[in-house]
Amino acid sequence: MKKYKFKIKNLDCANCANELEEALQKIDMIENVSISFMAQRLTFECMEENIEPALESIRKIIKKEEPDVILEEV
Amino acid sequence: MNHKRKKQLIKIMISLLLVVISLLFQFNEELYHNILYIIAYIIVGYDIVLKAIRNILKGKVFDENFLMTVATIGAFCIGEFPEAVAVMFFYQVGELFQSYAVDKSRKSVSNLMDIRPDYANVYRKSEVERVSPDEVNIGEIILVKPGEKIPLDGIVVEGESMLNTEALTGEAVPRKVSINDEVLSGCINNNGILKIKVEKEFEESTVSKILDLVENASSRKSKSENFISKFAKIYTPIVVWIAVLLAGIPPLIMKDAIFSDWLYRALSFLVVSCPCALVISIPLSFFGGIGAASKIGVLIKGSNYLESLASTEIIVCDKTGTLTEGVFKVQKIKPIGYSDEDLLRYASYAESFSNHPISLSLKQAYGKEINEKLITKTQEISGKGVLGEVDGKKVLVGNEKLMKEYNIKFEKNKEVGTIIYVAINEKFAGTILIADKIKEDSYKAVSSFKNNGIEKIVMLTGDRENISESVANALNLDEYHAELLPQDKVSFVEKLMTEKSSNGKLIFIGDGINDAPVLALSDIGVAMGGLGSDAAIEAADVVIMTDEPSKLSNSIQISKKTMRIVRQNIIFAITVKVGVLILSALGITTMWIAVFADVGVSILAILNALRILRIKKTKKE
Repeated sequence: MKKYKFKIKNLDCANCANELEEALQKIDMIENVSISFMAQRLTFECMEENIEPALESIRKIIKKEEPDVILEEV
Repeated sequence: MNHKRKKQLIKIMISLLLVVISLLFQFNEELYHNILYIIAYIIVGYDIVLKAIRNILKGKVFDENFLMTVATIGAFCIGEFPEAVAVMFFYQVGELFQSYAVDKSRKSVSNLMDIRPDYANVYRKSEVERVSPDEVNIGEIILVKPGEKIPLDGIVVEGESMLNTEALTGEAVPRKVSINDEVLSGCINNNGILKIKVEKEFEESTVSKILDLVENASSRKSKSENFISKFAKIYTPIVVWIAVLLAGIPPLIMKDAIFSDWLYRALSFLVVSCPCALVISIPLSFFGGIGAASKIGVLIKGSNYLESLASTEIIVCDKTGTLTEGVFKVQKIKPIGYSDEDLLRYASYAESFSNHPISLSLKQAYGKEINEKLITKTQEISGKGVLGEVDGKKVLVGNEKLMKEYNIKFEKNKEVGTIIYVAINEKFAGTILIADKIKEDSYKAVSSFKNNGIEKIVMLTGDRENISESVANALNLDEYHAELLPQDKVSFVEKLMTEKSSNGKLIFIGDGINDAPVLALSDIGVAMGGLGSDAAIEAADVVIMTDEPSKLSNSIQISKKTMRIVRQNIIFAITVKVGVLILSALGITTMWIAVFADVGVSILAILNALRILRIKKTKKE
């Protein structure tokens, strides 16, 4: 398992952050998902070989839940 | 203020203007007033309505945009035009304020941690190039001019300067560095020009590690945050369903119930149903608390640890290096027939060829150069000391056994520490006491722990019984255990863990070396002297950058203040909301009060949360 970090932009309410976090937790490939609204950070753990499909599912869920949000590499 | 917020503010102002016009002028027809209100509503709230529609299409019903839209459109339907505009208006004002406050606190925390270097001046092909710090390789030489931040960890190869470490340690006193000294990234070079050989890549440098740690701290959520997200998840649906029942049931079963009256009450419910105030103010408080701690040079690795610090009951300390300085120094010289300096001089000369720690402490205390020509003979007497001829005099330096072996009559010195007996020309010349000294800061720390309601302070050490006893007594500790092996420390901590109350926490504080098992075992592991020690930063939950134990007590205070504010916000917000819900159900309040319960509470809770940062600032001045 490797730890991944992303900057998460345009997330404009704390409750939305919680809801998005919960939605992302349902992705099987990733674990220990956490969104910090204050630090604007998404952190999760994932097997290195799974990171591409994992990111794709993450992007899909973000697009559905919070279409304004942009994911950026740190 | 950014572009988005400016636009929002303009919308709010225009809408306010329209409402004021409608209130000031008496038009002949009600219709004109209503048209003004509708325009004001559209200007201030169209984006919310659009978002709500988009979310409904996706099946998200209980989101705040939807609630506000239903509440306001409902108010229009029953003819309450001013209320409809007011709800949307204040909701937007609240949102604007919230985004401003969040941004401000993000900025002030990142200002507190303003240690990220932007560039490095590196020597390449005999020229100085300005590059990004992560492009510099190990072994390259970088140049740091006065006023610049040191971008990477390394060793000084040329120059001398005073370094400002305040951003890392909270310590205002600058640190002097010269050739061969290790320097850490994030410090600011005050005056001299330094050439530094890079020892670590940027990723591995102190500054990256610290920033990473602070930025990730808020990802480890506290119990309070988890409680609030769970609460928000059930609160909103419950309130919405009650609102539906309120609008539907009474008009059906009560004879004289007017539907629009009950609908009005239900709409007030919807306004109060947003969980925003709670959800925002709690992470904001923890974020501020972590920021305030890093300002004083304490890194807290997670909101959960910040939360736990407040309920500390037992503090377990390591001795050497934690409560004491960890260096053996000459503490007292008791000469007989000589001056202090002479006694120290003879002892240092006689010991000068030895590499024993005692010899090093003597030489350090003497502080002057040893003229080796004056030493004509030295002989080590194993386990007892040294015999030397200095300046033509026969000098014996060692323990009691040495004095006895040479039949010197001496007075026994019963002080705690290592006693060095000195005889010159077969006559007892006095004693020198070498001991580890208790840090000045430890006294302050222990009394402050007690003032902060810590029930028990325990010292665990591998050192000798009599030394440990004197430290424990001097500091007025509740308990100490000496002559422990590392595994004994583990079993003592295990035992102490059973002594605290179910919600109480046990802190272990040490210098981070060889403490890994106990750091992991305790509720909160605190490592001191984190600056420059990667092992300590890795192993601990809380890292004190300097070697002052009193910083732990400051952190406990910050934690308590944070928790106090968190509790105030939770209680305040829930009380007001539930109160207004009850009043609305009874039809006593108006929608205006409901808007206050939502937006007003949000704003007050945020202002309350921001106090954590503000108070730290004034303290500094």
